[in-house]
Order: sequence, then structure tokens, then C-alpha cells
Amino acid sequence: MKADDPDIHWVEEPKLGLAGKMYLPLFVQGLTTTARHLVSRKVTVSFPDERPKIGNPLIYRGVHRLNKDEQDRVKCVACFLCATACPAHCIDIVAAESPWPDREKYPAHFAIDELRCIYCGMCEEACPVDAIELTSFCDLTGRSREEMVFDKEKLLSVYDQTKDSEPMRSASMGASSGRATT
Amino acid sequence: MDSTTSFLVALVKIAVLVGFLMTAAAYLVLLERWIAAWVQDRKGPNRVGLPLTGLRLFGLGQPLADGLKFVFKEEFVPKHVDWWLYTLAPVVLLGAALAAFAVIPFGDALPELGITAVDSVDSYLQLIVAPQVDVGMLYVFALSSMAVYGVILGGWSSNNKYGYLGALRSSAQMIAYELPLGLGILGVVLMTGSLQIDEIVAHQATTGYWNVFAQPLAFVVFVVAAFAEAARLPFDLPECEQELIGGYHTEYSGMRLILFLIGEFMHMITASVLITLLFLGGWHFWGLTSGPVENWFDAIVRIVILLGKSFAVVVFFMLVRWSWPRFRFDQLMSLAWKVMLPLGMVNLAVVAVLREPMFANYLGGGSMFVFMLINVAVAAVAWIVTALLQPLAADNRPRRAENLA
Repeated sequence: MKADDPDIHWVEEPKLGLAGKMYLPLFVQGLTTTARHLVSRKVTVSFPDERPKIGNPLIYRGVHRLNKDEQDRVKCVACFLCATACPAHCIDIVAAESPWPDREKYPAHFAIDELRCIYCGMCEEACPVDAIELTSFCDLTGRSREEMVFDKEKLLSVYDQTKDSEPMRSASMGASSGRATT
Repeated sequence: MDSTTSFLVALVKIAVLVGFLMTAAAYLVLLERWIAAWVQDRKGPNRVGLPLTGLRLFGLGQPLADGLKFVFKEEFVPKHVDWWLYTLAPVVLLGAALAAFAVIPFGDALPELGITAVDSVDSYLQLIVAPQVDVGMLYVFALSSMAVYGVILGGWSSNNKYGYLGALRSSAQMIAYELPLGLGILGVVLMTGSLQIDEIVAHQATTGYWNVFAQPLAFVVFVVAAFAEAARLPFDLPECEQELIGGYHTEYSGMRLILFLIGEFMHMITASVLITLLFLGGWHFWGLTSGPVENWFDAIVRIVILLGKSFAVVVFFMLVRWSWPRFRFDQLMSLAWKVMLPLGMVNLAVVAVLREPMFANYLGGGSMFVFMLINVAVAAVAWIVTALLQPLAADNRPRRAENLA
């Protein structure tokens, strides 16, 4: 690009005002700003002592849960849409013949590797029966990699723990269960 | 008192002073981190307390933990360094920084203790390691110039381009700012008629006019130069992380690194105490310190005042760090040679002209007030003239050539 290129937009440096030339007024201004922040309210959350405030837990993307329907059965119909949508390939499902008459399949085994998961929420988006949802649990710890692979029982227990504080989204949208019941 | 007792007294003073300075440096690191955090609306280190008790104490155990970390770190020496100079450099830096405190008083005096040092006046024990040194200021200056040897040795012996560039910048900066630093105190020394630091403080205490009021121009010049000498932001070009990784201590780790870091904090402490002593009245405060030291209360009040003022200056140093961005190197040099040097000259000239007619009997109250007024007026005029001339403006940005427009 040459100096006379018409695409170059030349910007002139703004002229310093008297305060800028004197330096001291701006010096005091800068010092006042830092001094004000020195005593202002701190934004740090001392995590284990106090919990972070999660703005809207319904749209937070934390640990997954597997929802249950009103008969306490897992809502999942083992359609594999979440596993297909998952960019991290962290969902492992083994489908089996459903013992219930209203659906064909159910997950005999359903595991999410929470260490591999990137918490993008695509599984939640993909699920046709609103069986998998992300909760607002964010402090996830474990002592081994195996422990961090959450199986079906664990994911269902997450639902039991969070169903009161974070109601199922499909319920709030007016549908009590998925498409399979209709 | 015989010379043995005198020697012992000096040893005790040195032990107290070095112990205090080391602790102060460790806790100033914590204070620096706190202020950095608070300015950025964070809470800062507040977890480490007493070991094994679970007491947090607002994080006051942090310096201990930091120190232990440095002690237990691997003492790694890269293969390409000059081992002797590499080891010598931090020792030179810290040694020079500590030795400067020999002539810096840390209070006025202690009352009668029953022991009378040979070198003290009126049987008071003076709170200074080497009292009555007639060339006190020169000694401090000589040692602060020595400290740059530590930096240059460190950068050179590291055999690393970043280290070397840091050392080069450091030496250029030190040489440039020694001049304003000297000019800043020259007016003070001229007015006091002594290079002894305790003399200079005593003069301010007698007249009641601190030099910051009597010679504001000298104060500004000295403070700016002191910032540059201590290599604190906005003058920390010798070790700016973004350009030079760590500057001259890029290749250092473990105990050698902590010696460098303590040495740097020591520079800041020296600068703060010197600013306090030379310009902010030292241990003097109106109404609290009149007359000589007669009892322990007088002695302790003066120590507290001196330390309090120095602490305030240190906090100012740390606040400034988060208020301004770093200067460019050409701006740094222009500031030294085109602004601070002329301003220092102006101050020196004014003091030199006024010294004789006004201070033939300078203990008279009125003349000091007039002296102050004249100096403030001169400072204001000089400042405005400098501002309008804009010696720092160096517009070297690319622009459209006129014939191409």
C-alpha cells in the first residue's frame, strides 16, 4: 500500500488542551480515578466462602441432568440426537427396548464425561423430548477421571437435587412431557 | 564512652535497621499487591495467615510464604552466563541499597540511656547509623550510582539480549536522571548550607517551612527523578515485561532473583525516606515536635511521624504505578533533559539569588515566608512556560505528504 493510496484514512492527532499541556491537572485526574477505585466496592467473589451469584440459573450451562417424567421414569428415548450434536463426543448412550408401552427405546446406559464436555449446551438444544438439561451447578470436583464420568443414576440424581430450584424448562413452556406421549 | 561501646551501639543500630528494612521490603511487596488489587476492584491476597493455625489475618502471612518459595526454588544458573559476575550482581545491588541507609536518620534521637556514644551530641543517642557524616547526601548519591552497577553486571553477565537491553536502558536512564536528582537537592543544600541529612531536617524543623513549600519546583524535579532512579512506573523501562520479559533479571531465579527484587524495593524505600527527609520535613510536624528530645514520648512521636510520612510517600509511589502508562524511551529522555534539567536550574538560580539577602539572619520568621511566596510564583511561571513550549511533543508519526494530497 502506497502513501497516496486513496483507501488510507489519515487521522490527525487531536491537539492538547491547556490542561493536557500543563500535565498536572490530568495528573490529579488520573490519581483521583485510582484513589476512587482503591476504596470502591470489590467485585471479587471469595469462592469457597461465598457462592457466586448466577444471574439466571435457567439459562446457565453447568452440570447436566436427565429429566424424569411425572411417573418417575427417565424421559430420554435414546434417540442419539444429543450424542450426534455433541462437538466433544462426550455422551455415551446404549439403547435398549423400552419396558414401557408409550415409547420404543430407552437408555439402558447413559454416560456423560464431564471432563470432556465443553458445556456448549448443544445436547440440550438437540433433545426432542427435553430430557437432557444443563443446571447451574458449576463447582464440579472429583478425585479421578472415572468419577467424573456421570452415569444415568448420577444424572437422574442431579435432577432430583435441582428440580425444585430449577424447574424443567418444557414444563414452564406448557408441555408436561415430550412428544412420545401424544 | 570507649570505642568498644560505641562499636556495639553502631552494631545494634545496624541490626535494627537492616531487620526493619528487610521486613518492610517483604511487607511492601504485600502492600503493592494489595494496592494493585484494590485499584483494580479486586480483593488481593487475603488467604495466607499463620501456618498450622488456620488463621488468615488478612493475608499477612503472604511475605513469609513468598520468601519460603524463593528459598526452596531451584537455584538455576544458565550455562551461558559468567558465573562470578552473575552472582555478584544482585549482591552489589542489594548491598548498595542497604549501605545508603547508613547516613539516613530513622528518627531524631533517643533520650538519655545511660550510655553516651562518643559521636553523639548532648548525650543523646542519635537514630542514625553513622551520625554527623558531613557528606551525607554525597554518600547517598554515590551509593545510588553504585546500584546501577548491579543492574549492568546482571544484564551483561546473563548473556541474554533482553537482559542486556534492560541493563543498557537502565544505565542510560540513571545517568540522565542523576542530574535532575542532584539539581533537585542542590537548592535545598544551598539553603541549608549543609550536606548532612539531619542538618537539613533540623533546618526545616527550626523554620517550620518544609522544603516542599519553600521550593516546590525542586520538589517536583526531585520526585520525578526519584521515580526514575527507583525504576518505578511510569519509568520502569529497564524491566518492562511487555518489551524485555524481565529486563536485566530475565535469567535470574530463586535467591538471586529475590535479592534483586528486595534491592529494587529498597530503592523505593530509600527514595521515599529521602523525599520525606529533604522535602517533607522529616520527623517535624507543627505543634507535635517542638524543642529537643527530652523523653521517650518525644522520641517515639518523631519516629512515628517520619515513618508515617515515608509510608504515605510509598503509597503514592504505588498509586502512581496504576495511574499512568509507561513513557516511551525518547519521552523519558526528553523529560530529563528538556524539562527537569531546566526547571532544576531555574530553582537553583532563584535560591542562589535569594539566599544571601534573605538568610543573613534566616531564623527571622518573615523572610522565610517571602522566600516561599517568591519560589511558588517562580515555580508556577516556570511550569506554565514549560507547558506552553511543549518540549515533550515529538510528532514523528507518519503523515500524508503535502504534494500527494
